Amino acid sequence: MSRATVPDSTDDTTAVYTYPDSLTEVPMRYCPGCTHGIAHRLVAEVIDELGIQERTVVIATVGCSVYAYEYFNTDAVQAAHGRGPAVATGIKRTQPDTLVFTYQGDGDLASIGLAEVMHAAARAENFTVIFINNAVFGMTQGQMAPTTLMGQKTTTTPRGRTLQQGGHPLNICELLATIPGVAYLARETMTAPKYVLRAKRSIKKAFQAQMDELGFSLVELVSTCPTWWRMKPLEAFKWLEDEMLSQYPLQVFVDKTEQND
Amino acid sequence: MTKRKLIGGNEATAEGAIAAGCRYFFGYPITPQNKIPEYMSEHLPLVGGTYVQAESEVAAINMLYGAAATGAWAMTSSSSPGISLMQEGLSYMIGSELPCVVVNMVRGGPGLGNIGPAQSDYWLATRGAGHGDGRCLTFAPYSVQELYDLTGEAFTIAQRYRNPVMILADAILANMKEPCRLHERRDHPTQQPQWAVGGARDGRPRNIINSLYVDLPEEEQVNLRIARRYAEAAQNEVRLAEYGADKPQILLCAYGIAARICQTAAQRATQAGVPTRLLRPISLFPFPAQTIRRWADCVEKILVVELSLGQFIEDVRLAVEGRCPVELMGRTGGMVMTPEEVTDRIVQMGQSD
Amino acid sequence: MREEVYMAGMGGQGVLLAGQILAQAAMMVGLEVSYFPLYSPEVRGGRATCTVVIANDQVGSPVVGHPAMMILMDKIAVNNHLDRLRPDGLVVVNSSLAGEEFDRDDITTITIPANDIAIDVGSERAVNMVLLGGYVAMTESVSLADIEQALREVIPERHHSFMPVNIAALHRGAQAAMKAISPTR
Repeated sequence: MSRATVPDSTDDTTAVYTYPDSLTEVPMRYCPGCTHGIAHRLVAEVIDELGIQERTVVIATVGCSVYAYEYFNTDAVQAAHGRGPAVATGIKRTQPDTLVFTYQGDGDLASIGLAEVMHAAARAENFTVIFINNAVFGMTQGQMAPTTLMGQKTTTTPRGRTLQQGGHPLNICELLATIPGVAYLARETMTAPKYVLRAKRSIKKAFQAQMDELGFSLVELVSTCPTWWRMKPLEAFKWLEDEMLSQYPLQVFVDKTEQND
Repeated sequence: MTKRKLIGGNEATAEGAIAAGCRYFFGYPITPQNKIPEYMSEHLPLVGGTYVQAESEVAAINMLYGAAATGAWAMTSSSSPGISLMQEGLSYMIGSELPCVVVNMVRGGPGLGNIGPAQSDYWLATRGAGHGDGRCLTFAPYSVQELYDLTGEAFTIAQRYRNPVMILADAILANMKEPCRLHERRDHPTQQPQWAVGGARDGRPRNIINSLYVDLPEEEQVNLRIARRYAEAAQNEVRLAEYGADKPQILLCAYGIAARICQTAAQRATQAGVPTRLLRPISLFPFPAQTIRRWADCVEKILVVELSLGQFIEDVRLAVEGRCPVELMGRTGGMVMTPEEVTDRIVQMGQSD
Repeated sequence: MREEVYMAGMGGQGVLLAGQILAQAAMMVGLEVSYFPLYSPEVRGGRATCTVVIANDQVGSPVVGHPAMMILMDKIAVNNHLDRLRPDGLVVVNSSLAGEEFDRDDITTITIPANDIAIDVGSERAVNMVLLGGYVAMTESVSLADIEQALREVIPERHHSFMPVNIAALHRGAQAAMKAISPTR
């Protein structure tokens, strides 16, 4: 699928940065400073590089990324809140030669959809999860998420998250790392070019694990929400690195693609 | 004529699905329908199909949603509490215009209830499918043979209207055994429907399965399109059966297992001097309103017999439009009325005039 | 023709198997039939009951309020169900566990010491076959030979070594019933 944005041959400029084929040109609705856009692009670049666009189905879920089916230029299914991994299971079990990924936020995956993601991993379902963790419910206007940090202020923890009121943050990767059905599992972020490159590498490995039918793969992307963190974009990037990464350290937890080489 | 086999209602349901071409089953155990997933887990792998035991009914219905999105012939089955959990997924499937088959072997409720027979999910089945302006096409078999036949046919109907089809039965039908004629298992269609996902290959435009329409007029148009399909189903899929006196004084209305009880009661009441006819809706949505309305002009009274306290009777009353009195005989909580009790009630009604 | 029989006993006595074999036999001779089991949720040791309705054409209700016939396999079954037997009805009772005395005088009672007979033919587990044999001797829808045929269909092949015991139990039950028949009225 060639794209109209690539300058035509009569022009002597060279395109060095274009839309990946696997992204549509629908303008994204994300806020300034939100890292959803980077995450989308990284996934789309990986799909392009692996040459799997025609085999891919994206599962859009509920949250700020609910329109993922408009942005990813592949077949798409929009799933109910938290149910992406179950929907992905249904697709993958009936069409095993498709490549399926869910794109889920922390409310969708870590709260309402915890059972679905855990059991998909336990069954070693052969699909990929892109998990966006920004420690807050974005779409519903800034409420506490399971991944909200202790002391973090949200619209439902106005005095900061306390143990008494909101309990502890949930570390999804650490939980999943105990499950044998997981083939690739990593936590990355996108606040600096070095992190972006790492993140892309992990996403590619996750898809590679799926293509090699190794089992369940998930990449957690520690992300920003300047709007509901009530910060400027740069402040948000700094807060992520200073505060979030100590609770959610960047790490490759499981990598069975290595053993496969 | 094929040989008859003595087979249970659950097994007949599962075999009916497989014989019709269903190759994917997603479910979660709940009594009294456990023989369906058990049968599927044994037989689907033998015909190239797949059985998945989900972690919950919530997951099961969403796996079904994913499978249906690929155009696969897929189903789930459950019983009342599990069907409650599936409402969200059904609503999404209606909104996304996806075909699937869901079997509800209704048990006593509300709450955890019991594993006795009940018809108290009538509203859940015919009004329900969760939130929003959509419904499940609903069929109510009354014998093991009909469970086999209708479950199979449900797949074709679901595909035709791109809507979930519910098979509504109960704990008695699920567990009883009757002779059943089975046909050869058919293969499932290999051609994906045009709308299905599975990778936008060979230059076909990408497909999106979705029920999110933030543009209000667009959502209205989608709902009107779905409603037109229901209207079309009302033209083509209304099914009913009638038994008993040609010139009845009393018309019995009952579906499913209650209709079986009424079959015997209608016979005995007629023998006892009160000519009685049984009208049995097989399709509950669409509902055979016209036939009931015609009879309402010809009988003294209608007796509605249901294993619930006045759910099904609402559809009968809507059909009758006040043409004659409509009385209720209901049992609830897993209890059933006996044919003797129904006979007595009819005779009483017939004599009170 | 409409034959309604209600069977009850404790879990493990083979109430449900007896019902299924009767239903299978009825189907094999070309009749219509429904078999409707009911059991308590305990996996072991609960109560088991079933209703078999046999008819020439449509079975109609598989549920019966006052059946014309019953097979009751223990004392609790008698206490719980005998009052529902239709007046002039017939009951086959396992007298080994339920005794000989019943407080109804408007019915025909066939008492068979089924546990004793079962042990005598070689297996205590054949109690249900003894009582089924007794029942079949009293009715006309199916014969003992039909039941033997049905047994071969219902019992899995790997258990066919028990067939002679089961068949012996059937016939001994039938003989006991013929001997016992005497209206208590």
